[in-house]
Amino acid sequence: MLSSILSSLPQVLIDGLALGAIYAVVALGYTMVYGILELINFAHGEVFMTGAFVGTATLFIFDDAGFLSSAPGWIVYFLVILISMIITGLLGVLIERIAYRPLRRAPKLISLISAIGVSFVLQDLIRFIAELITGNYIVSGISLFRGTFELGTSSLSSTFNDSFVKNNTFIIIGVAILLMLALDLFVNRTKWGVAMRAVAQDRETASLMSINVNKVIVLTFFIGSALGGATGVLFAQQYGTIDPYIGYILGLKAFTAAVLGGIGNIRGAMFGGLAIGLLEMFASANLGLITHGNFGSEYKDVFAFAILILVLIFKPEGLFGRAVKEKV
Amino acid sequence: MSGFKLALQNNKVLQLSLLAAFVLVSALSVYLTSRSVIAFILLLGSLLLLYYTSLSNGMKWAVAGLLLILVIPFATAGGPSHESYMEVATQCGIYVAMALGLNIVVGFAGLLDLGFVAFFAIGAYTYGIFATGQANNFIPGDLFPLSGDYFWVFIILGGIMAAIFGVLLGLPVLRVKGDYLAIVTLGFGEIVRIIFNNLEKPVNITNGAMGLSSISPPNLFGLQFTFPHQFYFIVLGILAVVIFGVRRFEHSRIGRSWKAVRENEIAAQSMGIPLIRTKLTAFAIGASFSGLMGVVFAAKQTFIDPSSFTLLESTTILVMVVLGGMGSVPGVILGAVLVTLLNLQVLAEFTGWLNQLSMQGIITLPNALSPVKMQRFIFGAILILIAIFRPHGLISARNRKIPLSQVKEGEAHEHPERSRTSQKVRRVNGS
Repeated sequence: MLSSILSSLPQVLIDGLALGAIYAVVALGYTMVYGILELINFAHGEVFMTGAFVGTATLFIFDDAGFLSSAPGWIVYFLVILISMIITGLLGVLIERIAYRPLRRAPKLISLISAIGVSFVLQDLIRFIAELITGNYIVSGISLFRGTFELGTSSLSSTFNDSFVKNNTFIIIGVAILLMLALDLFVNRTKWGVAMRAVAQDRETASLMSINVNKVIVLTFFIGSALGGATGVLFAQQYGTIDPYIGYILGLKAFTAAVLGGIGNIRGAMFGGLAIGLLEMFASANLGLITHGNFGSEYKDVFAFAILILVLIFKPEGLFGRAVKEKV
Repeated sequence: MSGFKLALQNNKVLQLSLLAAFVLVSALSVYLTSRSVIAFILLLGSLLLLYYTSLSNGMKWAVAGLLLILVIPFATAGGPSHESYMEVATQCGIYVAMALGLNIVVGFAGLLDLGFVAFFAIGAYTYGIFATGQANNFIPGDLFPLSGDYFWVFIILGGIMAAIFGVLLGLPVLRVKGDYLAIVTLGFGEIVRIIFNNLEKPVNITNGAMGLSSISPPNLFGLQFTFPHQFYFIVLGILAVVIFGVRRFEHSRIGRSWKAVRENEIAAQSMGIPLIRTKLTAFAIGASFSGLMGVVFAAKQTFIDPSSFTLLESTTILVMVVLGGMGSVPGVILGAVLVTLLNLQVLAEFTGWLNQLSMQGIITLPNALSPVKMQRFIFGAILILIAIFRPHGLISARNRKIPLSQVKEGEAHEHPERSRTSQKVRRVNGS
């Protein structure tokens, strides 16, 4: 049993890394909004899903225009991600304006309920549009880099099997690292980043220091949602088929990642995403093997939630977060 | 007009006769037309009118009982669609009980629970597993399926099972609050569904995605309950107990503690409210209402599978509570009935009507837009709109006011207890 787990390990690691990168970037969106508004943006998973659909639709449009065959693949990929980021970013701003800003002073329960409402409305809107155009809400998109690549991991040690990597996996990991680096630089090195951290620390004091709080919040929503949208495109490219309900479970796991790393902590979210992705892949590959087929890979989602619950019980501030004292 | 309004406000006889006329007209129209959703909704609306009359509470309950037990079953008995009306009324009753359960958790105690349907599923499976041959797979002796006589015991058992799971969910989330709690309960609901969906290996307990079929219907002294109009009375009976219980809880010591915890956890704790016990009782009692109705649901459908217990169901129940007014018992009842009617009747009828129109070629409607599929959109929009424009819901919750004189009078009785408490405090401090 151990040898078969070991032999599939390189494949699991690579797939887990790709999935983890997706979780990590989505988790960034949760963590940024939470850091600033102390609100779980329930609709973030749906923004991610919208990004996937926008990306797929853009590809279809490019294909119709004949652009796909004439331009090199990476330019198309870049354009698709860019368009998707802009649209989902604007969507995030719109969501903030309509559903969250009027409730900024309301009790938390109320804004949470509004957030759940937004996520439902988005799911159905996308379903409606997709069904109207393609006749079915489950959409199979065009894959740009379809090839796979054989990684000779067996040459490292005889216990490992060779592993197969989709070309897209490299793109996912590359883009995710690029996005995370850019965000890290933005938050830590630019003026707007300073303003963002100031608002996260204390909104009222920040506003006294002549920071336009509303603008900062809008910017946060834009960036967080754009990150989600970009990941949506990556996801659609990797797995081929999308439907309007992918955002909910994935959002939940990305949130778990954000909590694991310490919510509000950007570097923590990156780590948490990778950890959850690797764990999930490991569980889905080996759970059946370990329990002799009694509990199959269907239980991999249970794993993610169990981690969430355990973290919340034993270390609610997350691995990299700081515990906050609460006052009346 | 204003004179009439004033007269109406002060004159109980006038109110009662107007109500009677309204009930008579709507009941007759339900009775005489073969199938009219509007008439049926109007008939149910008479209960809302009753709520706004200035009759005494006991009187209101008596009239409501009369309407529910006699008028509605008889008025709907006229046409061929008797059973479908009764089915809708039964569903309304089931959802009202669940919404009241969730109202305890969300409305009274302020703990947002997004996996509430899990308790409903636990209740349903508690009866489903033992009332089919399924339990033979893990209990030797070929005792199962149990006959319908046991249904009545299982109503209680289902409630208890759900309450146990409520406490099990409650224990880990005690340290978690607000938004985290919402996510954890969401995860819990999903875990329960996944487990029910896959628990066919190593021992086949839930029969997985295939679900459990031919569950024994309830049986009372040889009388089999199979039709919706029979279940209607079971649901009505349970509902009476649930509503009575909720009203008693709301104004009891524990009810006031729930509200205190909702308003401010830390302040409540420093006033001596045991946080853990208060939250756990909220979870347990809320869950048990849902569990009771789960048993009834399983017996009514005679078939259950995990797809009846999705997140959409949990959200539907949340919409009922939020729409009606968090923490307001009459509001939640209204919200539950409205959403159920919308779900089962209005959307379906509207879709049928639109389909007819497009069949005749008057309008062309894409299949994607059919209102039955728009549930999520409608529920989402309700949640956003209510949150922004009417956060207290349709009928907002009111705290019961006690006149000052009564408080002063009560103080004399309160004193002995108070000194006992202070003694206890002193003893704790001394040790």
